[in-house]
Amino acid sequence: MTLTRPFGLAAAALALALLYALPAIAPRAVVQDLFGILTLLVLAMNWNMLAGFAGLVSVGQQAFVGIGAYAMFAAIILMGLDPLVGVLIGGLAAAAFAVPMAFFAFRLNGAYFAIGTWVVADIARLGISQWKALGGGTGTSLPKGTAKDMAFVGQIKDMLDVSSAAAADALTYWLMLSLAVAMLVASYVFLRSRMGLGLQAIRDNENAARSVGVDPVKLKALVFLLAAFGTGLCGALAFIQITRVTPDAAFSVIDWTAFVIFITVIGGIGTLPGPIVGVIVFYILQRALADYGTIYLIVLGCLGIVVMLFARRGLWDMFTDRTGIDLMPLTHRPPQGSLPRPKPSRRAA
Amino acid sequence: MAILSLHSVSRSFGALKVTDDVSFELNAGEALGIIGPNGAGKSTLFNLITGNIAPDAGRVFLDGRDVTRLPPMERVRAGIGRSFQIPQPFGNLSVYENLLVAARFGGELGAGEAPAFCMDILSRTGLAAVAEKPSGGLSLLQRKRLELARAMATKPRVILLDEIAGGLTDAECVELVATIRAIHANGTAIIWIEHVLHALNSVVERLMVLNFGRMLMIGAPDQVMASPEVREIYLGIEA
Ligand SMILES: Nc1ncnc2c1ncn2[C@@H]1O[C@H](COP(=O)(O)OP(=O)(O)O)[C@@H](O)[C@H]1O
Ligand SMILES: [Mg+2]
Repeated sequence: MTLTRPFGLAAAALALALLYALPAIAPRAVVQDLFGILTLLVLAMNWNMLAGFAGLVSVGQQAFVGIGAYAMFAAIILMGLDPLVGVLIGGLAAAAFAVPMAFFAFRLNGAYFAIGTWVVADIARLGISQWKALGGGTGTSLPKGTAKDMAFVGQIKDMLDVSSAAAADALTYWLMLSLAVAMLVASYVFLRSRMGLGLQAIRDNENAARSVGVDPVKLKALVFLLAAFGTGLCGALAFIQITRVTPDAAFSVIDWTAFVIFITVIGGIGTLPGPIVGVIVFYILQRALADYGTIYLIVLGCLGIVVMLFARRGLWDMFTDRTGIDLMPLTHRPPQGSLPRPKPSRRAA
Repeated sequence: MAILSLHSVSRSFGALKVTDDVSFELNAGEALGIIGPNGAGKSTLFNLITGNIAPDAGRVFLDGRDVTRLPPMERVRAGIGRSFQIPQPFGNLSVYENLLVAARFGGELGAGEAPAFCMDILSRTGLAAVAEKPSGGLSLLQRKRLELARAMATKPRVILLDEIAGGLTDAECVELVATIRAIHANGTAIIWIEHVLHALNSVVERLMVLNFGRMLMIGAPDQVMASPEVREIYLGIEA
């Protein structure tokens, strides 16, 4: 058990190095493909923090993708800013929208919270489709050459010796990969902090958590806000590559929330590596079944049901149970030497 | 000066008046016992003091400050710690982590001082050996101990204990009484709801009797126990 963890971490580091090197060694189509997968991964990590750790089962995360995307388009088209600045503005706009949304949705519990977030997301979609400057209901495209003129694209073009378009793809890919890594590290640090401990207490028993001094609303609101920021950044970045935005695409509950829930649930909700495992499974299925159209969605749905029935906490939890390997444990151990040492227990992260 | 005082506190659930015009004062460092039949409203009185339930009427004061409108988490930080009659552990967290949450939030201890503080409480409550066990897997007895330990970890100046001695063997009961005495000796005020009267009366300075939500009597334990009215109510429980 003690040796497998360094091995696991070394394997993870190697995989990460490979992922970063990818634009230099793989064709552009693969980079674009993985960009899509990383987008889903970042969304899944955000949703996992919400639903898996804060107990906030939101079905309205597409609101933040859409607002992030539209804010980024507005920053470029209406304000003439660099797309990368636009991405940051996208994240901030999503976080700003999360404040009034939380005021409304936090009055609701359980299924009503889920439905409430969905309703708010749809209201946001309807609101955005009134925005004539950004094409109203039919949407708009990024001005020609926007991606090529992005900061750093020139340098990457020279470095990799590729076309501007491929260099722009490489840049957005690296940013999305870095966003995923940052999300993972930030989630880990947060969950191991005092606030993360409070969050886990709330998840287990909200009433008791209050009675030991934890403020559930405050912690949940914080997670909701941070997840909105992460989701908004991710949405904005995703639409730089898509280059065209419409209200229906940017606020799609299927693309930005349903797949994301599927990924998190099969991978392991409430565990940090869960979304990574889920997204790998999702990717493999997508590749294997790409030619079968609807059958692909049916298989996906069935797999989701099987996992929910037989491996409630997902594939990662099943794996840690069988092997005892836990790459990102959230456990706080008592100070060493201060207690008789029984067999240590293990909890999945 | 009174550390905690209730002024005409009442609460109903539907037509049932579960707390009926209760007033009393608890002095700093005092130990008060509460007895009364099941359903008398003892646990509800705790919930009113901690803020888990809001009163329909009346006020609650801590150190002379009106805390009636404060939510539970602020009352904990202000010094009111509690245990639950039906244990409510954070089941996926270890026993040690259960205390850590309480110490970091309710007790407002820093990351540096909290671990040793928690370990000290665990060894005083006989839980050190299961510190790393998930609390969801504990026996009922251990869960009750955890309730006490976690309440202690919030660094209370008033600790509310709700039936933590039920089901203990005599030896375990003696141990528990010693632990509670030690808490008391530290100057912490205690309110202890308990059916195990000999344990209760060996600790508390005053005894309150609740019946149908009303405070029937409050006073020195032997006086209270000598009252015919109380003996009548308690016949079923003492037996
Ligand atoms: N949240 C609640 N809703 C409705 N009735 C309650 C609630 N809490 C307690 N009661 C009722 O109030 C009465 C007193 O309960 P409780 O305070 O738990 O009594 P005790 O602790 O003295 O046994 C009981 O009849 C109980 O059913
Ligand atoms: Mg009770």
